[in-house]
Amino acid sequence: MATIYIDDKPYEVKDGQNLLQACLSLGLNLSYFCWHPALGSVGACRQCAVKQFKDENDKQGRLVMSCMTPASANIRISIGDAEAKEFRQDVIEHLMTNHPHDCPVCDEGGECHLQDMTVMSGHHDREYRFKKRTHINQDLGPFINHEMNRCIQCYRCVRYYRDYAGGRDFNVFASHDNVYFGRHEPGTLESEFSGNLVEVCPTGVFTDKTQKKHYTRRWDLQVAPSICVHCGLGCNTTPGERYGQLRRIRNRYNGEVNGYFLCDRGRYGYEFVNSAQRVKQVVYRRRDDAGVETVEKAVKGDVLRYLARLLADGATAIGIGSPRASVETNFALRALVGPENYFTGMTALETRLVSSMIEILKTGPARTPSLDEIGDADAVLVLGEDVTNVAPMMALRLRQSVRNEPMAVAHKIGIPDWNDAAVRGAVQTKKGPLFIATPAATKLDEIATSTYNAAPDNLARLGYAVANAIDPEAPTGDRVSAEVRQLAETIATALKGAKKPLVIAGASCANECIIQAAANIVWALCKTEHAAALSFTAPECNSVGAALLGGRSLDEAIQTVRDGRADVVIIAENDLYRRAKRADVDALFEHAKHVVVIDHSPTATTAKAEVTLPAAAFPEGDGTFVNNEGRAQRFIQVYVPEGDVQESWRWLRALRVATGKADVAEWATLDLALASVEEAVPALSGVRNCAPPPAFRALGQKVPRQAHRYSGRTAMRANINVSEPKIQEDPDSPLTFSMEGYRGELPASLLPSFWAPGWNSAQALTRFQEEIGGPLRGGDPGVRLIEPAAGSAPAYFGDAPKVFAVRKNDRLAVSLYHIFGSEELSALSPPLAERIPALYAALSPSDAEALEVANGDTVELRLNGAAWRAPVSVRPDLPRGTVGVPAGLAAAEFLSAPAWISVEKVSAT
Amino acid sequence: MQIIENIYSILRSIGLVFMHAFHKRETVQYPDEKPYLAPRWRGRIVLTRDPDGAERCVGCYLCAVACPVGCIALQTTEDETGRRYPEFFRINFSRCIFCGYCEEACPTYAIQLTPDFEMCEYKRQNLVYEKEDLLISGPGKYPDYNFYRVAGLAIGGKGKGEAENESAPVDPRGLLL
Ligand code: SF4
Ligand code: SF4
Ligand code: SF4
Ligand code: SF4
Ligand code: FES
Repeated sequence: MATIYIDDKPYEVKDGQNLLQACLSLGLNLSYFCWHPALGSVGACRQCAVKQFKDENDKQGRLVMSCMTPASANIRISIGDAEAKEFRQDVIEHLMTNHPHDCPVCDEGGECHLQDMTVMSGHHDREYRFKKRTHINQDLGPFINHEMNRCIQCYRCVRYYRDYAGGRDFNVFASHDNVYFGRHEPGTLESEFSGNLVEVCPTGVFTDKTQKKHYTRRWDLQVAPSICVHCGLGCNTTPGERYGQLRRIRNRYNGEVNGYFLCDRGRYGYEFVNSAQRVKQVVYRRRDDAGVETVEKAVKGDVLRYLARLLADGATAIGIGSPRASVETNFALRALVGPENYFTGMTALETRLVSSMIEILKTGPARTPSLDEIGDADAVLVLGEDVTNVAPMMALRLRQSVRNEPMAVAHKIGIPDWNDAAVRGAVQTKKGPLFIATPAATKLDEIATSTYNAAPDNLARLGYAVANAIDPEAPTGDRVSAEVRQLAETIATALKGAKKPLVIAGASCANECIIQAAANIVWALCKTEHAAALSFTAPECNSVGAALLGGRSLDEAIQTVRDGRADVVIIAENDLYRRAKRADVDALFEHAKHVVVIDHSPTATTAKAEVTLPAAAFPEGDGTFVNNEGRAQRFIQVYVPEGDVQESWRWLRALRVATGKADVAEWATLDLALASVEEAVPALSGVRNCAPPPAFRALGQKVPRQAHRYSGRTAMRANINVSEPKIQEDPDSPLTFSMEGYRGELPASLLPSFWAPGWNSAQALTRFQEEIGGPLRGGDPGVRLIEPAAGSAPAYFGDAPKVFAVRKNDRLAVSLYHIFGSEELSALSPPLAERIPALYAALSPSDAEALEVANGDTVELRLNGAAWRAPVSVRPDLPRGTVGVPAGLAAAEFLSAPAWISVEKVSAT
Repeated sequence: MQIIENIYSILRSIGLVFMHAFHKRETVQYPDEKPYLAPRWRGRIVLTRDPDGAERCVGCYLCAVACPVGCIALQTTEDETGRRYPEFFRINFSRCIFCGYCEEACPTYAIQLTPDFEMCEYKRQNLVYEKEDLLISGPGKYPDYNFYRVAGLAIGGKGKGEAENESAPVDPRGLLL
């Protein structure tokens, strides 16, 4: 801690900050543009000027840029000094000489940092009388709108896009007051993190194109804390609703998870919620004796009674849960059918993979780092994961991790971390150790120290060899080639030499040996006194939660139904056709007398159900997800859906009540449901604490979901009825669907949005953090359910797999992941659907040659009677003897591993 | 003493009231006779058009947020050329207090209060006005202002650099600029 004097008042500030950070942490108002907490300072905009004095007798002082001046002990500055104020006012006036007269039609308006800073600096009269320079905009694809005239040349966008996110197709062009921020030619921005430009840019140059289609100002959005459902990382989001429609997703800072950013899948995948195809009514599908089906809308009460009848009379019901459904939903299903009749909804393989990850993290000495901590690692090995496409935000963190080791150069010559330009100058293009071993090339390869593409078994063998190189007691495979041994040595040396080594693995290769190999490596490191971290990606938003709850696999469920041991099958938020072979799922529907599906989006599975119950999508209900780190996080209802739509767990509870298994009071609130979860499943104890209970009150008040400026409350429904309806009740959280309530310091898991007087943009965040870039006041949201075991490491996993053997006729299927397309729900979102790649079957050049096919030729993939045709894409990075299949796009059978597929050329006829 | 004062006061009041019989009448025989209302009188709200006859409202939501009773709701949308306008625009006059804040907040002079208060209804529901009920055919007050002529946003018939006080777009590839 150091004492600094601001306007003659002493303040205690943390060491190592710059003055701007210090002032903002202290809650003082100081304007700025080019500094960004995640990007550091470059001193480009001159907006943050303050007066610095030599000592208390110095009355003259000099102007300094607060973002470029360390907050060193006893420094004396003035924010309120007349000259400094005038300087800041002048700077903003100059920045705005060419600014268009656009606020009313600018999507940034109302949350514009430029508006805020203009008001803060006091500039209000335009004296510039000449013509304004103008620019032509570019079409940057389906996500981002470009309005270049609004630029104030702060350079944040390029620094974010190129330096931070590693994008290449965006830059600054031209010179002096003509500088232009965009692409070299119009076209879709390639970075998977482009959406963050919307929040990084302090003006309306980059705005959300999906929001523009149903534009709403920030103050009119009803918001609540939520969790992204599009991958296993559980980034925190703020969905915004207006007129019963989800209007946008914004980042919600969580210092331990996503920090300041989101990936484009998370930001733009939301529109499935607004789809006209949504399941919004109870649907009953009647099949007469002739097999003719009629689909009709049914009344909720009737259907519940009908289902209660089905479930009574000694009928056996089984429940199939889902890794994309909340903990509560899976648990409610388990409670309805009984633990012995409950199935996780994941295939046997997936259940095994996720369970083994959890087991490793629970029994081993290695800690699973939070997403934020991944960025602190200084040597990383990625085993089998295409991180950018499977867990996108983890890739963004890895892009920061490679800066850690070379940063030592800057530290040595005394450059503080926040001095971005100086640090980058000192580090140049040096990158810290990052090793990537994957079946095919990945986007992160460009920053990797070295890469290794091989079949999954061979990746596991490399992992075993690394573990063996660290600790000779760790087993290694037979016949390890010199090349692999050499690489393993290099990786081992790098990991051992690091302060915070990290190994990343996951389920993408559907290969348990890879997961075990990763465990062996970190355990070997831990054994040799290197505090290594181990992070697994999780396939879906609640895979870990579903696995912690336990239950048998989907394969067993199908078998149970086939054997005639189940009359009623209840499926919660799961499209079985995406997971199991078509023939198997068809068999399930054939053998089951009654199938009930609860889901929010129409799927191949809902199409077959006898009864479909409309489930709430994530902004329409409450629940808890457990992310890959084992962090339980609550998502809170943003708005009340229309009609019969309700959370799946509420449907299941209604069924329990209807069948007389529970009384009406049971699980009346989410909190009570979670109390039952904790009681029944010790592995999930803690889930109840990830947000305060519904009875929580701040100074006796609830927390408002609507801004204090929320408009139109007496008119928005007046066309239906001029009398305003009563405020909807929320039994599940301390939030209210109102503008009234407590607005002040709150537990972070309840904060609907970040706003402070004078700070209407995302930059208001500094008012809610303990320190810049640090945790939110009162602690970041989420409860970690998985911590490493104390005591000695378990025994190494033995038996590395044999060397991958190429087969003569068949090829091993390797899933290739796509950020846009591989995930089920986001793929239903129209803006994102535009970016989904066309179907393909990828072959290595030698396989293509053997099959006599070239790029674009059609091949047929065959496996157990199923056939699928796709054009060939020849990829030199793919190992020989495999065929790359796009995950989530091709039929499930071709993705289940290990699948040996016969590939044949289809001759054009 | 007190009682005398009181009697005086009563007589004085009676006298004053009586004197009013000889004053000029303030009451007008409404509705046969209409009072004069100043142009800036705050009555029935209208949406005006710009000098070119197009809708002036750009759907910025400022009137809605300024409204202390929250009786304005709208949804903005754009035509194919990027021009913003309200998809729907609703005022619930059964809530409106005619404070005029909406007019003050409006950056385009679209929303204006007019000297008309004759809008009573037997059914409260009929006091809900939609855009069709609000939109008039002229510019109302401020007849010359046209927001899109000054704004930087390109719309149909006005490209980049064609607004008032704008120079032609620069070519970022030009080396000599
Ligand atoms: S960027 Fe901000 S100041 Fe500029 S037009 Fe948009 S809202 Fe207004
Ligand atoms: S486009 Fe935005 S972020 Fe980039 S320089 Fe301009 S104002 Fe700054
Ligand atoms: S990384 Fe995953 S959780 Fe985070 S925003 Fe992207 S899809 Fe959502
Ligand atoms: S303030 Fe004016 S331009 Fe903006 S929405 Fe209201 S009427 Fe339209
Ligand atoms: S914020 Fe300090 S110069 Fe831009």
